[in-house]
Amino acid sequence: MSGTLLVNSWKWGHPETMRTGVTGTLLSADPASAGAVVSAPFGHALVRAAEQNTRIVGLTADLGKYTDMHLFAERFPERFFQVGMAEQNLIGIAAGFARTGFVPFASTYCVFATRRAYDFIAIGAALGMANVKIIAGLPGLTTGYGGTHQGIDDLALMRSIPNLVVIDPCDATETAQAVDAIARYEGPVYMRLLRGEVPIVLDPNTYSFEIGKAKLLRDGADLAFISTGLMTGRVLEAAAYLAGEGIQASVLHISTLKPFDVSAVLSLVSRVRIVVTAENHAVSGGLASAVADAVTDAGVGIRLKRIGVPDCFCESGSLPYLAKRYRMDTESIIETAIEHLELQLGLGY
Amino acid sequence: MTCVAERSQEQAVVDLKARAKSLRRHVLRMAEVVGQGYAGQGLGIADLLAVLYFHEMRYDAVRLDWPDRDRFVLSIGHYSIGLYAALAEAGVFPIEELDTYGMDGSRLEMSGSEATPGFEMTGGSLGHGLSQAVGMALGVRLDGRESRVFNLLSDGELQEGSTWEAAMAGAHYRLDNLFAFIDCNGQQADGPPYKIMNSEPVQEKWAAFGWHTQRVDGNDISAILSAIDLALEVHDQPHAIILDTMMGRGVPLFEQREKNHFIRIEPNEWHIAREQLEVGTP
Repeated sequence: MSGTLLVNSWKWGHPETMRTGVTGTLLSADPASAGAVVSAPFGHALVRAAEQNTRIVGLTADLGKYTDMHLFAERFPERFFQVGMAEQNLIGIAAGFARTGFVPFASTYCVFATRRAYDFIAIGAALGMANVKIIAGLPGLTTGYGGTHQGIDDLALMRSIPNLVVIDPCDATETAQAVDAIARYEGPVYMRLLRGEVPIVLDPNTYSFEIGKAKLLRDGADLAFISTGLMTGRVLEAAAYLAGEGIQASVLHISTLKPFDVSAVLSLVSRVRIVVTAENHAVSGGLASAVADAVTDAGVGIRLKRIGVPDCFCESGSLPYLAKRYRMDTESIIETAIEHLELQLGLGY
Repeated sequence: MTCVAERSQEQAVVDLKARAKSLRRHVLRMAEVVGQGYAGQGLGIADLLAVLYFHEMRYDAVRLDWPDRDRFVLSIGHYSIGLYAALAEAGVFPIEELDTYGMDGSRLEMSGSEATPGFEMTGGSLGHGLSQAVGMALGVRLDGRESRVFNLLSDGELQEGSTWEAAMAGAHYRLDNLFAFIDCNGQQADGPPYKIMNSEPVQEKWAAFGWHTQRVDGNDISAILSAIDLALEVHDQPHAIILDTMMGRGVPLFEQREKNHFIRIEPNEWHIAREQLEVGTP
């Protein structure tokens, strides 16, 4: 069934969607305007932050070039520390730097930081609120390598650690702003990294990242997308397409998974009960679970469909293939959203 | 004829032996409160802690965050009973607080954490201490401070791979402000290390990783002092000082206990232990 037919079947649409609170900061919500990128936004932002704050040091576990940390190393060689392929030591040394008053940014891949160095993040950094910033590359399906390199469980692992701030930025704009914010924040942070040529989704002139704050990027009363990380760009494209089909979708972007902006979620689902979450991560333990926790604690009933990696280790392959294979590309998001709407309408929602 | 320096060294040893005995009294006091615990480790390491806290380390007991302080990093959290004794003796917190050791609501946990004043980090999950000590040593050096970092590890802890990641980094960055004391007491939770997973030859391993190494009797205060003095003369290398110690040192009742990683002591044994400590050689 097409989206048009579905829309025509609606008897309860809310064309007068609320406009208040919407962040008018989108640059590439429309697929036609997509394509603008920024090169190495993390690396450049870290250099800018370190020019202001001489206490910032950079560390990596043999992945400087692959986490854009090399820009910091070139600019501040005396404040850069290579620790080799030793992720436990990476976090431990970073915690030691933090305990001597420095602001260490430690980079590696999601899988290595969270799986290999979990105890060091939990006890070495988080327990004592050490001011360690963990920058983790290759989140979810952003690498063609398979289960060894795809960070599909890192958000679940990191969300379960007390005291830790967990961030999954959606684009170059937010990555750069988040670097500045976490450098000023006093405490441990885990941030996913989009490296290399990173798309621009949010307008840097109007968007303002805040730790712990979700942003309503689009408002619509028929369907609520709640998304994090790079999935927000795809969800915005899906929402724009659906609007053309007469389906008005909200998009709530939650870049901080912890602390979780419960009030933003409850505010949205109080008026839009049909919800689709989208995350570049397993559908258990990450964003969808955080949303489920929030509504369950509040005693609110929603109709939730979760988009993300199912309970499996993923294949190797090209990124477009993988996105399609696990139904995380824009087209699949549109299809899933429509199927979910149809199902809920059929159930009387 | 002894020179002034030699006399003062002799006097220092006498004073430090008295300090070590005092620390051992504190350890027994704490262990008796809970009727069990890591008294063996606290007694065994008292001589090193006396040397560090009452001779070698620069710190301010009323300004624990003094940036130029030397740092003592306790990897082995269950040795906290020994560190509590030293910190109380140094005036960081009241000696009476030792009576709360291991009790509900106390900040003197059986496996200590940085919630306790004077703890630089949280050990206890073994294999963390040396990595953080490397980070601290790099940090104080980057700041141009003369602070030293003293890390206490154990022979059992050498089985943790992260210790060797950190050992590699310490030598790579030529951290001569970093000192690793490895307490070889021949016991870990399931038995002696040579049966569990042999960590010997310990000294050769550290030397192979690029550290300046020494191995001394860790219950001989003169030997510990000499080892530190010698290490201070060595530059561009971190220092590993391997200490052969006896768990329960100073209390023969505990020294002879076969399973002394976590001692269980009968109520009527405490007065015996206290008497043995007092009559023993200082």
